[in-house]
Amino acid sequence: MADIDAPHGRLTPYAHSLGISVDRMEDGVPVLTVDFSNAVEGRPGALHGGAISGLLETAGYAALRGELERIERQARLKPINITVEFLSAGKSRPTFSKARITKLGRRTANLVVEAWQDNRDRPIASAVMNVMVKDEQP
Amino acid sequence: MPEEPTPFDPALAAPLLGKGSHNGWLGLQYRDHGEDWVELELPWRADLLGEEEEEVLASGPIISLMDMASGLSIWTRKKLFQPIATLDLRVDYLRASRPRASVFGRVQCYHLGHSAAFVRGVAHDGDADDPLAHMQGVFMTIATDPRSFSRG
Repeated sequence: MADIDAPHGRLTPYAHSLGISVDRMEDGVPVLTVDFSNAVEGRPGALHGGAISGLLETAGYAALRGELERIERQARLKPINITVEFLSAGKSRPTFSKARITKLGRRTANLVVEAWQDNRDRPIASAVMNVMVKDEQP
Repeated sequence: MPEEPTPFDPALAAPLLGKGSHNGWLGLQYRDHGEDWVELELPWRADLLGEEEEEVLASGPIISLMDMASGLSIWTRKKLFQPIATLDLRVDYLRASRPRASVFGRVQCYHLGHSAAFVRGVAHDGDADDPLAHMQGVFMTIATDPRSFSRG
């Protein structure tokens, strides 16, 4: 079940399949994007909550992978939990997502992730994630 | 005069709700239901993996599975299809699924308020007593949606 992004911005098969890609980097943190398509549609013309959650989670792992790489720490990631708040309906247009690492500890990481469409100040969803970080012996 | 609608049947509705959308793309299938719960299956598929080298489904599709099963459990308990929106959803991941295993999502609507519906459930890979994940969520009915045919 591990939804893990490999180094160098490489995304999971699931993320690729859903149409998620890296839009740009901001202060070393990837901003991910997904275009509107049948694959992410829920109610007609609206984004599916599960697809939004998948984007948020993928953005979380991408940010964490990037930071671990930056500090040259080799670790395996395992999901602990995610709580998603759906703030407004996602419309039929591109969606973006970026995570902030609240805390990166020895065994766990805590992240806050947001997803937005036209207006970044009005996110359509936000999530908190806890991730297990297990150091690998070199 | 509007006729009394037929009570919502998840076995009949599930295949229709998925067509041409995220749920259809995932290939979610109806498995079983009771008075207030529904179980769906997410079949294993190579392009839904979390890691290429491990044949284990990603966690993203599991959230979608639980979201869809949640909606169906609410409509089943309500005996009525009505547009709903997910307010929040929490998933606790207990363990990874077995390689190449389908994941099943069983969700119960344990309380129906006036406009909020409360759900909880588990994801498992064959044995519901040995879950992969626990889920809890709250959904809101969309009263202003013109497609709503809720009466009163």
